[in-house]
Amino acid sequence: MPEQPGKNAIEVRGVRKVFGTGENQVAALDTVSVSIRENEFFTLLGPSGCGKTTLLRLIAGFDFPTAGEILLHGQDIAPLPPYKRPVNTVFQSYALFPHMTVAQNIGFGLEMLGKPKAEIEARVAQMLKLVKMEALKARRTSQISGGQQQRVALARALAPQPKVLLLDEPLSALDYKLRKEMQIELKRLQNETGITFIFVTHDQEEALTMSDRIAVMSAGKILQVGTPRDIYDRPAERFVADFIGETNFLPGTVVSKQAGVATVKFASSATISAGYPEGFNPTGEVTLVVRPEHADLVSDPAKGTITGTLSNIVYFGTDTHYHVKLDGGGENFIVRHQNSRSSAVTYETGAKVGIQFEEDAARVLKD
Amino acid sequence: MAEPRIMDIKDQPGFRSIAVICLLVLYTPVLILMVFSLNSGSLVTHWEGVTLNWYGSAFLNEEFHNAAKNTLIISVTATIVSTICATLAAIGMTRVKPWRGLAAAFMVINLPLMVPEIITAVATLSFFALIAGTLGLNFGIGNLILAHTVFCIPFAYMPIRARLEDMDLTLEYAAADLYATPWNAFKRITLPLLVPGIMSGAALAFIVSFDDFTITQLVAGPGQTTLPLYIWNQIRRPMTPEINAISTILLLVSILFVTVSFLIARRRAK
Repeated sequence: MPEQPGKNAIEVRGVRKVFGTGENQVAALDTVSVSIRENEFFTLLGPSGCGKTTLLRLIAGFDFPTAGEILLHGQDIAPLPPYKRPVNTVFQSYALFPHMTVAQNIGFGLEMLGKPKAEIEARVAQMLKLVKMEALKARRTSQISGGQQQRVALARALAPQPKVLLLDEPLSALDYKLRKEMQIELKRLQNETGITFIFVTHDQEEALTMSDRIAVMSAGKILQVGTPRDIYDRPAERFVADFIGETNFLPGTVVSKQAGVATVKFASSATISAGYPEGFNPTGEVTLVVRPEHADLVSDPAKGTITGTLSNIVYFGTDTHYHVKLDGGGENFIVRHQNSRSSAVTYETGAKVGIQFEEDAARVLKD
Repeated sequence: MAEPRIMDIKDQPGFRSIAVICLLVLYTPVLILMVFSLNSGSLVTHWEGVTLNWYGSAFLNEEFHNAAKNTLIISVTATIVSTICATLAAIGMTRVKPWRGLAAAFMVINLPLMVPEIITAVATLSFFALIAGTLGLNFGIGNLILAHTVFCIPFAYMPIRARLEDMDLTLEYAAADLYATPWNAFKRITLPLLVPGIMSGAALAFIVSFDDFTITQLVAGPGQTTLPLYIWNQIRRPMTPEINAISTILLLVSILFVTVSFLIARRRAK
């Protein structure tokens, strides 16, 4: 996707963050560069310890980068203390002030900015309405539920109308149902306020459903930036494919390639054409990745590209997972079928089956 | 065993009787002292009947008044100054990047808790004698206030530090994130949340100063008799239950402060 210069809310340029000194040095961020556009719902996704929270803290100003620049609308904010950055944060623990009421919490930022009292009151009322908390405005924050605290934390961070809102795993403390509700709520708030959201999470499903774009991080580096569909359908590296959604890995040998498509031969001597990411030159033994829903089961093994024995059938309600022990050995291959009223064929464990691939289903990725 | 159980000390044999013996040993003398303050006879060992006269005479006793006044001046001043010092020290030792000598500073602040009080007393006495001898300076009751302030600091420091360490640092980050300068964040967030710790530290400092005997006895000059010194002087003469009445008054003041300190600590725990 082409970059649109001048429309970036945040630009991170060559940022390194090293903790500790001497031999105990750890690079939490290893020369990271990324651009986050205005009005975008941008997610930093990765396992714990990948540096996503460190990057968020650098943007908020709680830590300063060892090297590199962080631009907010073109201005370098890296040396500014947090209270001079037009950026607000929703903390994982919410960090509501326990000695203040809901309304006082929401008004705190505006008060610190020295806004007139009438303006603060009007804005607080507006925020309370936005997060549907009008009835509880006089309560202490210890007297409201976790979901309500979450809403207050959001309202408090949005009240000063920041240029960018940072969200540090804000939904992780909520139970499943409430989390689903808040995901929709967050999307709505982002649409209504038009503020750029930078959302940190380790939950790939949350990232896929909410984000305009996602940056997948691992070990202090950004591996891939793209729309949820890009990341899911065209992962750039094996780590990305493995971390997001379920993936099958198949060993094979590259026999030829042209224009970004390689022909890969399996041990069974069947071949398949598989795309690969730009700038990658696959040769020899490679690993193919195939999403479970991009493959199909056929009851006649002769019709399959690869073959195996059904070892397990797992029913999930909306879909069914078929685990196939491949004839060539290796890990089980998983095929996902959407369940419908008229599932034509039924399979039994122990049956010999074939696996067919959809067009463009397989990709060759860097290990 | 049928069901796993956590060991309950109350199930141990002899638990109840040991508890009762401990309580008796601790509190019987105090109770006897309080009961005899109501004795209508003039001996502290022979019960004759109930009266409040000894409280009356204590309240009219000028020496008691002076001692009470000295005690209050010293305790209140020492409490205020030591609590301020302790608060600043606690902030300086919890809200900074770890620095070399942090452990040493912690030791220095808490030294009065570990050094035997009589040593501190002799050292303080020699110190003031030295100042008076070489510089010709004598701060009068200020000597006592200074001495009390120093040994009150660790008592005030402990609850304040504990409160600061319990406090969620994210709250201070949140304040900074919401445009509060470091001073505003301290004034609006850290300090209000620290108040229970400060109150409880001040109450402890006050009690410690209020009933200090050893250091006061050595450092006090003429006319600087405090309540504990006054009681000490009285019991070297033929004792009357008036001394019991005075002791009881002291005890009630101490209980009041301990209770306040406890209630504040409990409220913050909620």
